Amino acid sequence: MLHRESGVFKTSYAADMALYPLPIARKMVALILVLFAVVLPLSLDEYYLSVLNLVLIAVVGALGLNILVGYTGQISVGHAAFMSVGAYTAANLAVHLNLPFWLTLPAGGLMAALIGAIVGIPSLRIKGLYLAIATLASQLIIEWIINHTPAISGGAQASIQVPRPEFLGREIKTQGELYFFLLFFAVLATLATLNLVRSRIGRAFVAIRDQDIAAEIIGINIFRYKLLSFAISSFYAGVCGVLYTYYFGIANYEAFQIGVSIDFLAMIIIGGLGSVLGSILGAIFVTMLPIVLRLAMEPLGGLFFNAGQLSSIIASTRLILFGCLIILFLVVEPEGLNRLWRNIRNYFRVWPFSY
Amino acid sequence: MLKIMSWRTAAMAAGAVLLAASAAQAQDKEIVVGLQCDRTGPTQLVGTVLCPGYHDYVDLVNSKGGIEGYKIKVLEIDHEYKVPPAMEAHERFKKEGAVLEGVYGTPQTFALTKKLEEDKILGTSPGFGSAAAADGKRFPYVFPIAASYWSQGAAAVQFAKKELGGSLKGKKIAYLFYDNPAGKEPLAVLEDLSRSEGFELRTFAVPAPGVEMAAQVLDITGRFRPDFVIAHLFGRSPSVSIKELKGKGYPLSKVVSLVWGSSEADIQAAGGYEVAEGYHTMQFAGVGSDFQVIKDIDAMYKAQGKSAPKEQAISVYYNRGLVTAAVHLEAIRNAIKAKGGAKPTSEDVKKGMESIKDFTLGGMVPPLQVTPEDHEGGGWVQVWTVKGGKLVKDGEWFQAYRDVIMKHLAAIN
Repeated sequence: MLHRESGVFKTSYAADMALYPLPIARKMVALILVLFAVVLPLSLDEYYLSVLNLVLIAVVGALGLNILVGYTGQISVGHAAFMSVGAYTAANLAVHLNLPFWLTLPAGGLMAALIGAIVGIPSLRIKGLYLAIATLASQLIIEWIINHTPAISGGAQASIQVPRPEFLGREIKTQGELYFFLLFFAVLATLATLNLVRSRIGRAFVAIRDQDIAAEIIGINIFRYKLLSFAISSFYAGVCGVLYTYYFGIANYEAFQIGVSIDFLAMIIIGGLGSVLGSILGAIFVTMLPIVLRLAMEPLGGLFFNAGQLSSIIASTRLILFGCLIILFLVVEPEGLNRLWRNIRNYFRVWPFSY
Repeated sequence: MLKIMSWRTAAMAAGAVLLAASAAQAQDKEIVVGLQCDRTGPTQLVGTVLCPGYHDYVDLVNSKGGIEGYKIKVLEIDHEYKVPPAMEAHERFKKEGAVLEGVYGTPQTFALTKKLEEDKILGTSPGFGSAAAADGKRFPYVFPIAASYWSQGAAAVQFAKKELGGSLKGKKIAYLFYDNPAGKEPLAVLEDLSRSEGFELRTFAVPAPGVEMAAQVLDITGRFRPDFVIAHLFGRSPSVSIKELKGKGYPLSKVVSLVWGSSEADIQAAGGYEVAEGYHTMQFAGVGSDFQVIKDIDAMYKAQGKSAPKEQAISVYYNRGLVTAAVHLEAIRNAIKAKGGAKPTSEDVKKGMESIKDFTLGGMVPPLQVTPEDHEGGGWVQVWTVKGGKLVKDGEWFQAYRDVIMKHLAAIN
């Protein structure tokens, strides 16, 4: 994190693989947790918490997509479809069987994982752009099936209202309560991913990404690990879809169309492929930047224009600025925000004697 | 913990002092309304015209001294037709103390239904959301305030009946629709009516993005040969349907389009008024610029030394913006009157919205009658027909088969 080591003193593999190589790293993580779990919810009002809530949900989805695209090297443009699978599974269970969220949430994830593994089958034969088209097809097929199967979609409107999640007999419904609800799952997803990528499975994913033939030769079962990667990634997507469902109180596939898949791809590419921190930074960047740009432009533009003109100008300028900033960040560091952050840290590691 | 609390209290106190100083006199006589919009997303063809219409009406009212002495401040947020930003927009409106908000988009209306109810802020969804939202008991804080797709479908059948000489017995009607939930929604009512009116109904789905429908149109014109076509399409597809039907020789005077395939933009994209001659369009707001309120807006621009806004050329969407704003402001006016001039809360404005009637703005607004039970306001529509290079009114505001609509509304409970 922010600290600098004075040298490498690791004497065992366990020390090398530790999540927190130094005590100070552990303290830093604890500090960040306190910031998110205590300071922010106490000091921010509902509006800012609602923005953070959207970020937290996006973090879960971005982490999942990064496992597949960043770590395993399999491209997918059907991520949003798996979210809708999770969303409708959870919504149907919650409405028809009255199940609580701690059952519907994993159920939604598991159903998405199952569908994801099936959709991942073409990845055994095709790669790159061809796989992108195959997953695009799955996005459209899943949308079509939901739209045309009343048993899943709950009727012509293809939307199912779900009750608010309950915790200890209390409804979780204000933005503040939802914040803790979502924070818990975002932290859980982050921890799970951090541990996954340094495990045997995570190493196998990376080996497949870097050179799948070599991976096969050293004994990695490509069939198993590619499908596992699709399943795990879709599990995250499913959970993300369930979180959206509980957050909005409704499952609706129109909220999970192809554009959302692209947004999530943008998050991990901007944040950094193959990195947990990158997924989080990317989710923050894509979700919050448009909002921050607007908040910055509103008081400034208010000096020159009336409300009607201002709205039109802000809407267009924001898109232009957002696009420019994406290009700028990617030109400065093609490997994303995560790499940018590491470069800054490395620079200060030896500062001021950088050579 | 203690330290954080005290820091927070201090910050709040400082903020309160600042706010009180700067805003005290301004905010007393100012009412905030929220407006969600899509100026940059997939439905920007609508948003870039509709939202300026909204602002123009509010500016007009403000320039004449506001409502009962209160100025209206519009806070607009562009959500690019994405769902998560709609939630952000709602929270922002809530934070700024908006008494009501205009929701834009069907998925957005769904996503906010629960939150609007929890926060007790009313949201209007003219032309969006589900037909079921007309039921004010079930959806207390969602106000369609315009004919739902059920009402539009029923009205289309009634219009076809009128055009076909008063009886639909043994006639054939084709329903050409965009294959999404909004496109499928009128089906329940159409099927019901086909049984009671005795016409044969066949449906032709156009998959997204709806720019390719040669097969469906060929099926309609070559095989089914209907007496009337009801089209319910969005985005670019209405113009494609006009071109295709025209190209296959089907008379456009036997086609009626529901409200999102009904603007001047669709007709222009199809190749102009000559191509679309005879095409019937359904409307939930008056069409054209022949209204006193539009003359007033032009006069307001003239007084500022500007020409009339170019958005007025697409009068269908521009006027829908005006109507939305007019109904919003009328609800606020009712609320202020009911409170004897005091500043209304969002609850008061909801009651104000539920008492809207006899408010027509010179024929621009349908004869809405919003009640606590009926948030749709009666499901009024008008049909305008392409005739001689412009849209010409084909009869007055009408509502159709209310008994059937009510039966369907009751059935979902």
